[in-house]
Amino acid sequence: MEQGIITAIRTVPLDHYVLLSFLLFSIGVAGVVFRRNTIIILMCVELMLNSVNLLLTAFSAYHSDPRAQVFVFFIMLVAAAEVTVGLSILVMMKRNVDSVDVNQLNRLKG
Amino acid sequence: MILASLRRKLSANVAGGLATALIAGSFVASVLLFMGFDPTSGGRTVKLLDWIDVGGMQIPLALRIDALSLTMMLIVTGIGSLIHLYSIGYMHDDERAPTFFAQLNLFSFAMLMLVMGSNFLITFIGWEGVGLCSYLLIGFWYKTPEYNYAARKAFVMNRIGDVGVVLAMVLLFQRFGTLEYASIMDMASGVNDPLLIAATLFLFIGATGKSAQIPLFTWLPDAMAGPTPVSALIHAATMVTAGIFLTVRSSVLFELAPFTKDIILWIGTATALLAASIGLFQNDIKKVLAYSTVSQLGYMFVALGLGSYSAAMFHVTTHAFFKALLFLGAGSVIHALGGEQDIRKMGGLKGHIKITYFTFLVGTAAIAGLPLLSGFFSKDLILAFAFQRSPVIFGLLLFGALLTTFYMFRLLFLVFYGTYRGKAHPHESPLTMTIPLMVLAVLSVVGGLLNLPHLFGGHEPMKHYLETAAAGIGYEHLELSALTEIILMGITTTLVGFVIYVAYGRFVKTTTLEGEEATMPVFKRLIAQRWRIDELYRALFEKPYAWLSTNLLAVAEKKVMVPLMNGVGDAAIRVGDVVRRVQTGNASFHLLAMLCGLILFLVITLMSN
Amino acid sequence: MLALFYLFAAISVISALVVVSARNPINSVIALIVCFLSIAGHYILLNAQFLAMVHVIVYTGAIMVLFLFVIMLLNLNKATEPMKSLATRIAAVTAGGLFFLTLAAAIRNGIQVQAANEFDAGVGLVRSVGHVLFTEFLLPFEVSSVLFLSAIIGVVMLAKKEKHQAEAPVEPLTEAERARRTA
Repeated sequence: MEQGIITAIRTVPLDHYVLLSFLLFSIGVAGVVFRRNTIIILMCVELMLNSVNLLLTAFSAYHSDPRAQVFVFFIMLVAAAEVTVGLSILVMMKRNVDSVDVNQLNRLKG
Repeated sequence: MILASLRRKLSANVAGGLATALIAGSFVASVLLFMGFDPTSGGRTVKLLDWIDVGGMQIPLALRIDALSLTMMLIVTGIGSLIHLYSIGYMHDDERAPTFFAQLNLFSFAMLMLVMGSNFLITFIGWEGVGLCSYLLIGFWYKTPEYNYAARKAFVMNRIGDVGVVLAMVLLFQRFGTLEYASIMDMASGVNDPLLIAATLFLFIGATGKSAQIPLFTWLPDAMAGPTPVSALIHAATMVTAGIFLTVRSSVLFELAPFTKDIILWIGTATALLAASIGLFQNDIKKVLAYSTVSQLGYMFVALGLGSYSAAMFHVTTHAFFKALLFLGAGSVIHALGGEQDIRKMGGLKGHIKITYFTFLVGTAAIAGLPLLSGFFSKDLILAFAFQRSPVIFGLLLFGALLTTFYMFRLLFLVFYGTYRGKAHPHESPLTMTIPLMVLAVLSVVGGLLNLPHLFGGHEPMKHYLETAAAGIGYEHLELSALTEIILMGITTTLVGFVIYVAYGRFVKTTTLEGEEATMPVFKRLIAQRWRIDELYRALFEKPYAWLSTNLLAVAEKKVMVPLMNGVGDAAIRVGDVVRRVQTGNASFHLLAMLCGLILFLVITLMSN
Repeated sequence: MLALFYLFAAISVISALVVVSARNPINSVIALIVCFLSIAGHYILLNAQFLAMVHVIVYTGAIMVLFLFVIMLLNLNKATEPMKSLATRIAAVTAGGLFFLTLAAAIRNGIQVQAANEFDAGVGLVRSVGHVLFTEFLLPFEVSSVLFLSAIIGVVMLAKKEKHQAEAPVEPLTEAERARRTA
């Protein structure tokens, strides 16, 4: 049974997981730059966080170390907090400038 | 021990009383300390707290109690107390008297720091402190521009010396890694290093600034602008001896640098003669005393140069007694005449102000070196050391001593004998002023007993006392036979007596007054105009400096710096205009830029692997 | 197993691309949910069952629902978003691609892993993760509750309607406000 799980996990090379999470991360980064809708940008941030979670979990499994999974757990906590704050900012933004377009937020223009 | 310098605005008398009580208290403390101090123990260091501890540099805020610092403490607090007492009477009309006393106390505190510091840095703090206080006190009557000028001059001259001390400290720290006197002296013995010569030379430059030697002596006579007690305290008794103190403190270093000692010797001799000659023709009672101070300091440096540190300290002590006495006496005279300082307008005061006259007479006799008074012993000790070294120096110094005698008696005779030539009605000073005079007079008489030489049955107690603190004293030897000493003293005394007689004939019988400078013969005029040294300095330093400043303003400032600065400003604005476009305020643009930077960074990292 | 991996990987990458490219935010959210579910599948493949559960509950159950709520309440379910300029879009895609290439180049020699511990089939189970969480990481766990508290307070402060705005209410905003409070 145990041996079965080992082979099950180790069949997939670690590189593949790493590459997959890189890919997801890059898509998230590109999406943040690509889109103007703030809510989509927030979702892309979530995507990036998840790619990191995946990476951590993969290493955790290959190291047989549960601590990495605890970190994933913490990242989820932070992500949840971040999303609530981000969405409330979004609500504020919609209320104040009646738009969710990031390009509206250019008060920092020099 | 530590004086609180109070700056409360109290009435003049209360402030004076308080200040006097404070310094008298520290005098009592010093005496107690002196009583309880065992000279054979070699001194004790009291560490208050770690002050600077940076890397390899550790400088504790520590005080050192040993024979040398105790001697200086006794002088500073003892004479300081008398002068404070005197000031109550002298300053009672001045509206800023509380400030005056606060500054006086601050000065005493700084001076105590100076003498008690256990390392060069603490001493330097006191050194700067007394410099600052002397500036404040000289310019105390700040409403007169001349006085301000004098104060500034004193300050600048002192600064020049201070730079020397700083450089010396840096050199010593670099060489020994510490600034503690005790450790440096331990490590230095036996070291033969050109660096020591440099360090001692720099120390000496500092000493010339503080102790008014050639070339930095011109500030002292000008410093007479301050109230007379200040002149007495700072410029006679305490501050000017700081240079001598520092030299004695580092006597071990100076012993290892014979070259520096020679320079000190010759500069001391030259100063003694030059100042004495200037003193001959001064008409301001305080200026005469000022030049005499410079001259006496010259003697002390001669003693240092000869390696006879105990003689120097001895002369410091006796000089503190009689010069403070003379200054305070002069102050009393000025007070009696309502502010008159020109001796041509005095005369015949003997009958009006008896106490002042008598005490002044004692002081004059002491400085002239009449036998058995304090000045006689200390000066003869220096002269004996000089004779041992070379008869030429002895001759020069003897000549200087005769000049001193001459101008001091000239002063005495012109002020107190003959007929009164002024207008104000002279009156005797209050008791607070005369008591210090009397105490100092007694001290001037018996001060010689402090270091009574073998010839008179003494054991030179002061020398042996100081030996425990300043190692350099151990090297000094006076190997003259008793006969030689007696002959030398005889010569000196005879000549001094003769000079007094000449002065008596010249100033009492006929009352010769100096006319205007313009009518004097050339050489005399030159001396009367103080060898035109101030003018020389002005031509040497001030003029080129002014020329340089003007030209720098015209060329460097207006043609180079102003356009350059404006250009930098303009450039910044233009660059800002361009760069501002980068700041679009667009979040995704910024993110993109960040991303590009990140990619670039990663690529570089990869490439370098 | 490898086949399953590739299946989940394909689903997550494609859905991620849809998230970025969909014009309607609702579609993006749905695609993101799909993506998260496939990531949960990866977790199960990695024998991290606890994480997979938490992931589904937290992300798809809470976070994405929150997203949907906001989108609906703010009336964002229309493809009204103006697209960015072509140059920006090209730059975005190029930058993302370059970023991926760079990262991929970093591991071109493969990754060697020395397992720190003996293999343990229970690593990803509630027992082991919970044990580590409540012993070694107890303090961060407690501190994270403070983080949540401050997040809640911050959100209330941000979303609370200010007084001067109450006088001239805008219809969608009041709606959003009411909904946020009930939520």
